[in-house]
Amino acid sequence: MIRFEQVSVTYEGAAEPTVRGVDFEVPEGELVLLAGPSGAGKSTVLGAVSGLVPHFTGGTLSGRVTVAGRDTRTHKPRELADVVGTVGQDPLAHFVTDTVEDELAYGMESLGLAPAVMRRRVEETLDLLGLAGLRDRPIATLSGGQRQRVAIGSVLTPHPRVLVLDEPTSALDPAAAEEVLALLQRLVHDLGTTVLLAEHRLERVIQYADRVVLLPAPGAAPLYGDPAEVMAVSPVYPPVVDLGRLAGWSPLPLTVRDARRRAGALRERLAAAGAAPGRPAPAPGTPADGTPTTAARVPDAPIPVTGSRPAPGAQAPTDGTSTTAAPATEGRPDPDPQAPADGTPTTAVPATSRPTPGPQAPTAGTPTAAAPVPDTPAPVTGVRPDPDPQAPADGTPTAAAPVADAPAPVTHGRPGRTGLRARLFRRAVAVAAPSGPAQVAEVRALAVRRGRVEALRHVDLTVAPGETIALMGRNGAGKSTLLNSLVGLVEPTGGTVRVGGAVPHRVPARDLLRRVGLVPQEPRDLLYADTVAAECAAADRDTGAEPGTCRALVTRLLPGITDATHPRDLSEGQRLALALAVVLTARPPLLLLDEPTRGLDYGAKGRLVAVLRALAAEGHAIVLATHDVELAAEIAHRVVLLAEGEVIADGPTAEVVVSSPSFAPQVTKILAPQQWLTVAEVRQALS
Amino acid sequence: MSRSGPATGPRRGARGAAALHPGAWWLWALGLGTAATRTTNPLLLALLVAVSGYVVATHRSPAPWARSYTAFAKLAVAVLLVRLFFATALGSPIPGTHTLFTLPEVPLPHWAQGIRLGGRVTAEALLFAAYDGLKLATLLICVGAANALAAPSRLLKSLPGALYEVGVAVVVALTFAPHLVADVRRLRAARRLRGRPDRGLRGLLQVGLPVLEGALERSVALAAAMEARGYGRTAAVAAPVRRTTTALTLGGLLGVCAGTYGLLTAEGGAYGLPVLLLGVAAALAGLRLGGRRSPRTRYRPDPWGVRAWLVAGSGAAVAALLALAAARDPAALHPGVVPLVAPALPVGPAAAVLLALLPAFVVPKAPLETEEPS
Repeated sequence: MIRFEQVSVTYEGAAEPTVRGVDFEVPEGELVLLAGPSGAGKSTVLGAVSGLVPHFTGGTLSGRVTVAGRDTRTHKPRELADVVGTVGQDPLAHFVTDTVEDELAYGMESLGLAPAVMRRRVEETLDLLGLAGLRDRPIATLSGGQRQRVAIGSVLTPHPRVLVLDEPTSALDPAAAEEVLALLQRLVHDLGTTVLLAEHRLERVIQYADRVVLLPAPGAAPLYGDPAEVMAVSPVYPPVVDLGRLAGWSPLPLTVRDARRRAGALRERLAAAGAAPGRPAPAPGTPADGTPTTAARVPDAPIPVTGSRPAPGAQAPTDGTSTTAAPATEGRPDPDPQAPADGTPTTAVPATSRPTPGPQAPTAGTPTAAAPVPDTPAPVTGVRPDPDPQAPADGTPTAAAPVADAPAPVTHGRPGRTGLRARLFRRAVAVAAPSGPAQVAEVRALAVRRGRVEALRHVDLTVAPGETIALMGRNGAGKSTLLNSLVGLVEPTGGTVRVGGAVPHRVPARDLLRRVGLVPQEPRDLLYADTVAAECAAADRDTGAEPGTCRALVTRLLPGITDATHPRDLSEGQRLALALAVVLTARPPLLLLDEPTRGLDYGAKGRLVAVLRALAAEGHAIVLATHDVELAAEIAHRVVLLAEGEVIADGPTAEVVVSSPSFAPQVTKILAPQQWLTVAEVRQALS
Repeated sequence: MSRSGPATGPRRGARGAAALHPGAWWLWALGLGTAATRTTNPLLLALLVAVSGYVVATHRSPAPWARSYTAFAKLAVAVLLVRLFFATALGSPIPGTHTLFTLPEVPLPHWAQGIRLGGRVTAEALLFAAYDGLKLATLLICVGAANALAAPSRLLKSLPGALYEVGVAVVVALTFAPHLVADVRRLRAARRLRGRPDRGLRGLLQVGLPVLEGALERSVALAAAMEARGYGRTAAVAAPVRRTTTALTLGGLLGVCAGTYGLLTAEGGAYGLPVLLLGVAAALAGLRLGGRRSPRTRYRPDPWGVRAWLVAGSGAAVAALLALAAARDPAALHPGVVPLVAPALPVGPAAAVLLALLPAFVVPKAPLETEEPS
């Protein structure tokens, strides 16, 4: 159906071809996934199918692309419109008319179909896509998932034989993404449509793909084959594949279901390694005492009592006392033994809580997963349960054992929890209180109303220093509104917001900068200058920082960027890093990010995770709104779920995420009932 | 609210009042507007506003653009107030004897003769200004009613095929405007995040460039999407037809020019009108023939049926009857202000205005939108 014959594309002014030697054929009725890192030429390959490359974009295409027998060299995109339907990255840029029904008809009108045929197909498509209830709605009032569905429907009505989609689920929440993918699945199965789609979030789409075309690097020849085979060598892969590679499963599982079937042995190994959790930790985050998270979290920053954060589970036994958490830090091989001694809060936390240097310590500083020792959840539950990647490394299974018997109060069910928490809480208050305000931000009973829509209703949120919070929820659940009210862009209609002791929307912009920084959904909104250097200079001026501060940050976050680069020429990930550097120039204690991983590939995401983790370790509090469950699992200490403007869950990542079918990361689903969140944790435990 | 009407059944919902051609609503509203220009009788004008308001209230579409009616109403009130303000501050040529109050008069140099600032304000002058302002306000409200009942973009879809491209350009521009406003808002908010003041003119100017950049990028993306969806596909047209089209269009336009010139100059009175008409006819034929080049078809075109005739006819009738009444009995339609008299409601014209209520009864009501757009 689609045939690439030795295709290379060179854009005007580019020295190297963007894609080279693309040679594959997509048979009719297959769903083919185009994978690869950013800038590898995925969009170019997609554009070549619809003829937009090179007819619309310019550049030179050598070789031959044929779609349903038509050569794109001799057929302009408009002449391919009846066989190829194309949906770009931003559905909003795709709409020509203003209502759903007209939009569905637009393509057919252009093709000159008979009115009776158009009428029938519009009705069919409305039913197929579940859009019947929305037919008269103005497109501007639709949600993200609905827009994507309308965009797909609008190219579907001319009955194209090929559907080309560029990142159809990137901007969608997990449920809406499922909706769109189910639709694609149905098209392939019922109508025999050939689908070619590019997507960064492989974990969402890989299981639907019949074939994978992998573009490993810019200008490199693509690989084409069975998803499992390609994933075995791919530089980009979803967590399920990562876990499969780690466990040495062959062929690689691509779905959670496949992986679960094989995960028995792995679960046993993990259990044997002494690091596997036994049962779900009772929610320490439930607002039973009003400030549960505070109790657990406060110790992080102001006190060097870091033991309270990395779960005592594995550390405690090393020094034999699990009654107090503090000494635990001394018992573990600490790469920076100075930290607890010098007592400065900001350095103490990261130093002690990130035991292993190197890239393999993803959970360091992020007590994410659940209680590490199967039989000894009690001492752990009061605090953030932490699988503690160190456990097997320094303790071996036996190290964990003592924990079971060590804390005397543990014996009757949960008292250990209360006891420990009370202890911690006391300590936290005692030590933290004099050292200044414990909260970076405090939101009480916040309500925001927009017109007749209540964007937020009675939202409570506290953010402690050094804490990373993920805000999750459907599109339009109020995540961005909450972030915006924290920076004073939105004025509350009720309740209070305090950031660093100030009311954000009353503070002049200049002062606010030093309290809180927001990287908006579109990082480019923050960038005005023509070059990176000018942008940095402006940031220094705006914040009154030492000249060069911002540039130093850029160098740190984004090595190898020259001063003269235009921000527009940066990739998504680079632009995000630049915007982040600009915001960080003012050193705000609270950092907010809105959908930071949209459009990022796994590599860029990994770098972002490392940067955010380091920032959290330095004591920055981070709040990020995201749909990316894997990102939340990697870095968030706490997850706050929003639905229709209300907080419906607020607690440690492990608990909130594990109990939710749509927000659980793949690793959690595969290894349930053990509570692992990320592959890195598992890797750590096994090594 | 899913509907599965037959293919030829009435169309409802966001497409405005059911089954009615948008042109019919515009003709109706323009008829009312024309009627409003024929009179200054406040009672008649108020009746016109009430009638159009009633029809809008019962038949407006639930789509966002229908909210523009409120905007037009506000604008109308503003026009009325501005007219009164000018009459108060700048005086009025209306001679009057009932002085309401006297403003301090600003002495003006001799070259500004005929202009007065401040001074005596009479009841007659104010009343005259109010009548005049009310006429303008009514006209505006009638246009607002047309907007609320049928979006202008829907009207554009009824353009002949050859002008289709122009229609699309206007529709795209119309949908772009809200995007631009949203962009400006977002970027000004982003300025605050950079620690720069987000209010004031400078803030607005500095976001200008990024906003334009964004608009440009969006246009390019839209152009690509339209291209990929078959925009601008042309059908093969025989060479003679193409040539005829060109000849007709060019000849028609020339005829229009010549005819207009003839009409406007003294000596061309005889041939002016026929040439103009011929030109228009040729141009229209050219447009129609030109439409053959575009293979487009139209999805659910708005039918022009009996209802459309009734609606457009009621508007035209109101305009015609009021024009007639204005010629027959000018005194009743233009109540005097010198001397001050209470305006009376002339029965005949008032009954004529009530004719405009016809659409409220012949056009089925659009169902109420229950879903709140999020």
